[in-house]
Amino acid sequence: MVAGYNTISMGTGRKEFNPKKDRPGLEEYIREAGQGTLTQIGGAGNVDECVIGNFMASRFNRQANLAAFFPFVDEGLRYKPAIRVEGACATGGLALMSGIKSVLAETAEVVLVIGVEVQNTVKAIYCADYLAGAGWFKNRKDGHAYFFPGQFSDRAGSYFEKYGRDKTRLALARWFRNAIENARLCPTAQEHHNAVQDLEALAMMEPNGKTFIDNLNVFDCSKVSDGASAIAIVSEEGLKRCGIPATEAIEVLGWGQLEEDITKPPVDPTELTTTKHAVAQALASAGITRDQIGTAEIHDCFSIAGLMCMEAIGFAEKGKGADFILDGNTARSGHVPINTTGGLIGWGHPTGGTGVHQAVTILEQLTGKAGDAQIKISSDRPYGLTVNMGGDDKSLVSIVYQKGKYFSLQMAASTCKVP
Amino acid sequence: MSYEERLQHVSILGAAGKMGSGILLLTAMEMADISLKPENKGKPYVLNAIDVSDEALAGVIKYLKAQVLKLAEKKVVGLRKVYAGHAGLIDNDEIINQYVFDVISLVRTTTRLESAYDSFMIFEAIKEDPALKISLFSKIASNNPHQPWFFTNTSSIPITKLDEGAALKGCIIGFHFYNPPAIQKLVEIIKAEQTLPEVEEFARTYAKNLRKVIVPSHDVAGFIGNGHFMRDILYANSAVDKLSPEFSYTEAVYAMNKITQDYLVRPMGIFQLIDYVGVDVCSFILSVMDHHLKEEKLHSPLLDKLLSQGVKGGQFSDGSQKDGILKYEKGRPVAIYDPGTKTYVAISELQSKVDQKLGTMPIPPPWKVVVGSKAKNELLRDYFSQLKNEASLGAALAKAYVLNSHAIGQQLVSSGVAMNENDVNTVLLTGFFHAYGPINNYLA
Repeated sequence: MVAGYNTISMGTGRKEFNPKKDRPGLEEYIREAGQGTLTQIGGAGNVDECVIGNFMASRFNRQANLAAFFPFVDEGLRYKPAIRVEGACATGGLALMSGIKSVLAETAEVVLVIGVEVQNTVKAIYCADYLAGAGWFKNRKDGHAYFFPGQFSDRAGSYFEKYGRDKTRLALARWFRNAIENARLCPTAQEHHNAVQDLEALAMMEPNGKTFIDNLNVFDCSKVSDGASAIAIVSEEGLKRCGIPATEAIEVLGWGQLEEDITKPPVDPTELTTTKHAVAQALASAGITRDQIGTAEIHDCFSIAGLMCMEAIGFAEKGKGADFILDGNTARSGHVPINTTGGLIGWGHPTGGTGVHQAVTILEQLTGKAGDAQIKISSDRPYGLTVNMGGDDKSLVSIVYQKGKYFSLQMAASTCKVP
Repeated sequence: MSYEERLQHVSILGAAGKMGSGILLLTAMEMADISLKPENKGKPYVLNAIDVSDEALAGVIKYLKAQVLKLAEKKVVGLRKVYAGHAGLIDNDEIINQYVFDVISLVRTTTRLESAYDSFMIFEAIKEDPALKISLFSKIASNNPHQPWFFTNTSSIPITKLDEGAALKGCIIGFHFYNPPAIQKLVEIIKAEQTLPEVEEFARTYAKNLRKVIVPSHDVAGFIGNGHFMRDILYANSAVDKLSPEFSYTEAVYAMNKITQDYLVRPMGIFQLIDYVGVDVCSFILSVMDHHLKEEKLHSPLLDKLLSQGVKGGQFSDGSQKDGILKYEKGRPVAIYDPGTKTYVAISELQSKVDQKLGTMPIPPPWKVVVGSKAKNELLRDYFSQLKNEASLGAALAKAYVLNSHAIGQQLVSSGVAMNENDVNTVLLTGFFHAYGPINNYLA
């Protein structure tokens, strides 16, 4: 993958955000991100196929048929194949998978992938209605007004009960602090302007079930975001065509892509079981162990999901996620820096764009282009991992990357134990 | 008759006014919440919104819809439980819209007073005209077979006078909301001499359900809120007079408005507050108080003069400020009315000159910062201790104003209007959004 591009993640927190004023629409975000990548790969003429990931524009923006926006991004994309994919908050990851498979199938050498969501068209309370589409509709009636925050509040409640509340809440506050401190280093992050001094004290605010949810507060939640990210998925041939050296690319070493039954409750509310399977598959297919991972972009739609993901990956034992975080392991200076540009809580969560944003961040970090947010990648742990989750641990895409140096994508794919 | 039964049929007089529409909103939501309880299913609930003009009443429904929508969005967590049994209402959007519909469908707008003849309870929020209030109360009381209870929103007229004038035999209580009723937390409850205990008990329950802060006031014209505000106005008027001839009239108004807002860390200056309430309303309240409080002269020749020239202030139906003593652009004062020339003088023309005359001042923390701060007392203490040591004209005027406000507060306690100092402070904090109560020791 090469040529990543992120728009600003727009929404509350950004100084320039004013909900009462006109803002760029869905098409502007698509175009900005698309052009941002096209200019890095020598223009639309080099593109064979396009994929756009979007979750719920049909409700947020009353817009469907998004693949037809590619010619709007650039006239050079007229009459080229394009497809739109959807898988709730794992949409971006699925868009990447669609592109990866086109390249592996040799139907394309260069695939332009965009992930986008523009959600600030409605107040958060209606946004919750739209996002509830990521769960089973038959559960909506009995669900919480803030449906997904409610689901993860319930998970947090179960986790508190099983492993203790006090330390877990402290860890969730630390998670928030890490997210904001990382976001401050990334100019496109939604929390880039956050200047609060004592972030952990802020995040320890007691949850209020009467106005929101029982076990989490607003700082435990990712925000309502408008944003788009784009990246190019290319074969070795595609790299040559675009005139980009392999060292500026990252290679896909393996992945786990799988689905769990949306109609079923979690197997165990205190763990992300599907995530666990997806990451295990990704690591196995890449032929590496989790100890070789230098950094990860994981799906912290809620701080508790971030904590449980540490356990699902296996960084921490079950029930030890809070200790892992509180010991500083996930901080940018820690053992395995997580979400180095802020993740969903700090950078933002334009739902359909998030999976692509994760890939762009890994690309930037592994190729040394993360600017102020750059972390050191050690040579003995050179791999990057992403975990992109749709719904309540239902749709999963986890990908293992390394800097483009040793293998071509096709070679990597041929060694993959594809799930 | 239980609390819930009494709220089955209610009328609001003056429902299209600024206060009346707010009371309508709060009452409609309280009635809707009762009507939506499973045990009340099928019972009719009626809320008459009575006023003199059909046009104004049409505006009320629009206002109601917008406000209920906002409030419903805030309480959707609870509303989902209320509508849990309605299988067809799934999204928040559907539930919120159903609630808005359920609230509004209780309300019947009408210009006919006769509608109130069936009500168990009457809210009154018409203009401060004792004769008119008594006449309407009498008509309703003599034609309504249910012996309804009257809740008057008067901010100045003694309730006992209304009770006796309309022969209500204690079925009345003063229930004084602050403007705007949906936002301001304060309600002054004023018992007439004969007010029935059950009326008071209902009033307290109703205020509690509306999540209001209750302050009891004795039945003395003006009560606590206007008891302070009107005397504050008269003091500001006298201060304007005293600044002459060094200051022109408009310069003096600018100076006192600035001092009462910035130097005193209040949400708005005294002349802006008069405009907010309405010059006519303030003048009316003063005349009522002056009539009842014989030992004190409560009269403002300045307000009378302004009124005679048509300077009224008040607000448009959308809540924006009309021009009055001050002229407004985007809600901010930009000019001051000069009764001599009958024109507005731009503040920009006199600002720097007056500011210079007022001299140096310690920089006060903005009111908004103070009210939102956990360290409110420290901020204020620090600022006032600086003000205390400042010798400029502005500081002197400010200090004198603070001390006078303190004296007014104490007078309200010593004359028995308020039960205690804390009640006076609560009224100013919650009814006027002040950052601190008038009875304080910041300048001690």
